[in-house]
Amino acid sequence: MKNEINDNVKISVRGLNFHYGTNQALIDNDIDILKNKVTAVIGPSGCGKSTHLRVYNRIFELYRDQKASGTVMLDGENILSPDVDILELRRKVGMIFQKPTPFPMSVYENIAYGLRLHFKLGKGEIMDKVEKSLRSAALWEEVKDKLDNPGMALSGGQQQRLCIARAIAVEPEVILMDEPTSAIDPIGTAKIEDLVGELEKKFTIVIVTHNMQQAARISDYTAFFFEGRIIEYGETEQIFTKPLNKKTEDYITGRFG
Amino acid sequence: MKKRPVFFRKATDRMVKVISVMAALVGIFFLFWILFVVVMKGFSSFNLKFFTDISLDGEKGGIANALVGTIVITITSVILGVPAGLLGGIFLSEYGRNSRIGDMIRFASNVMMGMPSIIIGLFVYTIIVSNTGTFSGFSGAVALAIIMLPVVLRTTEDMLSMVPNSLREAAMALGTPRWKVTLHILFRAARTGLITGVLLATARVSGETAPLLFTSLNSYYWPAEPCWQFWHFFSSPTANLTVTINDYAMSPYAGLNSIAWGASLLITAGVLALNITARFLFREVKK
Repeated sequence: MKNEINDNVKISVRGLNFHYGTNQALIDNDIDILKNKVTAVIGPSGCGKSTHLRVYNRIFELYRDQKASGTVMLDGENILSPDVDILELRRKVGMIFQKPTPFPMSVYENIAYGLRLHFKLGKGEIMDKVEKSLRSAALWEEVKDKLDNPGMALSGGQQQRLCIARAIAVEPEVILMDEPTSAIDPIGTAKIEDLVGELEKKFTIVIVTHNMQQAARISDYTAFFFEGRIIEYGETEQIFTKPLNKKTEDYITGRFG
Repeated sequence: MKKRPVFFRKATDRMVKVISVMAALVGIFFLFWILFVVVMKGFSSFNLKFFTDISLDGEKGGIANALVGTIVITITSVILGVPAGLLGGIFLSEYGRNSRIGDMIRFASNVMMGMPSIIIGLFVYTIIVSNTGTFSGFSGAVALAIIMLPVVLRTTEDMLSMVPNSLREAAMALGTPRWKVTLHILFRAARTGLITGVLLATARVSGETAPLLFTSLNSYYWPAEPCWQFWHFFSSPTANLTVTINDYAMSPYAGLNSIAWGASLLITAGVLALNITARFLFREVKK
């Protein structure tokens, strides 16, 4: 377990437990997510990796029977505290989902919508920011002539990059990605992976993935989850070449999962 | 184990098929028979006067006042019933999904949907007509709105429930307040389904007669004359197509009978048009 207590820690999780009703899904998770790094979260299905990610923006609260306890410090502020402005938290911590989820509106509106939610902007400023976000998401060239088309009309990979553009438009600090390429074809996946490398310069990224090669390719740090616990966390290089834990080794060598 | 002879199995299969096709044909047969009779009998009374005149002059008379009355009553009932139904549906789908009160409301609205419409007419009679001391188009609209409410409520709930949770999560994850998620994102995603629901509910109530017998009653005049004197809508009986059909069909005069047929055709065409529009829209939803 990393214990660097310094400015480089963006999110610091201590003693995080999570329950679905009476079913405990996360057990005493401790982890420090480093700033401007890509952290991959791996582990077999049902090990709690998505659940863990969904605590960072408190999206789990949409469901009545889901409860988290412990502390999750984002820049020194416990986001699980009831005083947190949840809308501002979700602006700071963006999320990309497994399936692309464009809103039922035009490409332009998909991005402008979030901008209008959080900022007071003139029409020109919105247009500028929409373009900037689409460029950052490597989508501008493909959609600049169809900004008025429905977001749903784009290809799967393009839709996912539209969602990334929508998330980065509101100037978040952290981007959570929950298996963002599992529903995307290989070419679209490659584009999104390249994009993650670019985005790392500006954002802290936490990505849940089932794809071990992907974790190895794009992440700086890797956390291995098993049955709700963080079994091992360290530099990706080390996890994939010299895992300290037998379980980690079994998983990454494909012995189970 | 001994198998049943193939011949019997095939025969049974064929028999069930033939019987069910016949049953379906009986249903369709009656629909077309009704349409055929209504068109045959109704169409002959269609002429310019039928649509523009309010006089009772037998063959030369018209039902313009009843047509306007039905339109005004129906629109008013939509204005009263649809927002309440939509908001209730939002509650059931977005806030009270697994709550006790949600289950209670759902049960109550199911009961209301099965309630005979004449009971609702009587209910409105006791709370509005007898208290204001007058039949009125408005009280008729209230009765129709009450009939619409559970239908719109349940379709709204169903249509919103059909929107995948991933869209809710995505909208929330962007920092969208809950009410904006519902009104801006979910409503847009479920738009066609919601319009379909409203259209079907409108079609359902626009053909109602029983609840209007105790509320709007009927009148031989325009709903308001001159037309800016809208308060007549609240203070006097208001002409409408369904009660006109009821009155004229009972009349001993052949001329009035034929006007009743004309009005029947008109309302059938209206309800059919609403239903077809709704179906057309619903096909879009399924895509």
